[in-house]
Amino acid sequence: MGEVIVITSGKGGVGKTTTTANLGTGIALQGKKVVLIDTDIGLRNLDVVMGLENRIVYDLVDVIEGQCRLKQALIKDKRFEGLYLLPAPQTRDKNAVAPHQMVDLCEELKKEYDYIIIDCPAGIEQGFKNAIAGADRAFVVTTPEVSAVRDADRIIGLLEANEIRNPQLIVNRVRPDMVKRGDMMSIEDIIDILAIGLIGVVPDDENIIISTNRGEPAVNDSKSIAGQAYRNITRRILGEDVPFINLNNSDGFLAKMKKLFGIKPA
Amino acid sequence: MVDLFKFFKKKDSSKDVAKERLKLVLIHDRSNVSPQFLEMVKSEIIRVIQNYMEIDEDTLDIQLTKTNSDDGERIVPALVANIPIKGMKNAGRQSL
Ligand SMILES: Nc1ncnc2c1ncn2[C@@H]1O[C@H](COP(=O)(O)OP(=O)(O)OP(=O)(O)O)[C@@H](O)[C@H]1O
Ligand SMILES: [Mg+2]
Repeated sequence: MGEVIVITSGKGGVGKTTTTANLGTGIALQGKKVVLIDTDIGLRNLDVVMGLENRIVYDLVDVIEGQCRLKQALIKDKRFEGLYLLPAPQTRDKNAVAPHQMVDLCEELKKEYDYIIIDCPAGIEQGFKNAIAGADRAFVVTTPEVSAVRDADRIIGLLEANEIRNPQLIVNRVRPDMVKRGDMMSIEDIIDILAIGLIGVVPDDENIIISTNRGEPAVNDSKSIAGQAYRNITRRILGEDVPFINLNNSDGFLAKMKKLFGIKPA
Repeated sequence: MVDLFKFFKKKDSSKDVAKERLKLVLIHDRSNVSPQFLEMVKSEIIRVIQNYMEIDEDTLDIQLTKTNSDDGERIVPALVANIPIKGMKNAGRQSL
């Protein structure tokens, strides 16, 4: 029986889609069968971040309305064994999907796949309710900024109200240089405020933009520090105990970043 | 005098400011300071005070806001009530 993980945030643009693409690819690279579901109806993006935009025939709403079989709508990623994408429709209304239909879909997918990763839209409306409906587990993505952390707090409350217990935090776009000079909240500051468990810390990394340009998730790039961070989260999801980074050592910035994220100096 | 001290005190780093602001805003967000919540508090306060004083219920105002802590170092959340009194009741007078 598979596990359904929803990637949420509240605030838009903090990295949900990037996280979904990288964790999904990372898990598939570990030999698991994974389906990524884009629930951002009308604003789909997971397809382009994954580089699969030219292969879409059917979408989530086609499956839910019975216009096609589930298998027909799943796009198989030819680069990564065991990885599939169920895209969102671009020209439908959010209300074309109801939460109970997402529950049924997730139950169906869990029979055959090890992980189902759901990319949630920004906000707390219908799209959010659909995205979390079938989830066993939730990751909340935030950046170290007041507005993003505030929205994350709201989402944590809503997840708990919907009986998705113990959501875990991913802090994205961290800049250790800014943390060091006191101009960015540290991981400890954020955990202190949100009071939830941490599953990952992802640095701000231009490789994310480069890999998104190419449609190739950074998790597969051994030189990217964000990629290394996503590999670490992947291993934690699979149950390994991977130590967290320590942001207070005296190395130079780049050496420190590489060390923090587990990349050996060249 | 006090201002002079403040002047020489090292400026808070921006992340400390961010953290303080977040803590405050989350007190509002989390306490579900919905109009209903404040109405509940308000009607309880009116009920108690009315035993002792005549108050103007219509202009009574109660809010969750911020104020300086006693040492003036931090800003802390505060429940502020503005309750116009029209007159004392007998029960109130006797006990004074
Ligand atoms: N760690 C990172 N370093 C640098 N850039 C990043 C990082 N994470 C995300 N980004 C960039 O931030 C932008 C927003 O990311 P993304 O689309 O994943 O956010 P989102 O939460 O899915 O947004 P939306 O709410 O609109 O769906 C993208 O341009 C992405 O490339
Ligand atoms: Mg997105």
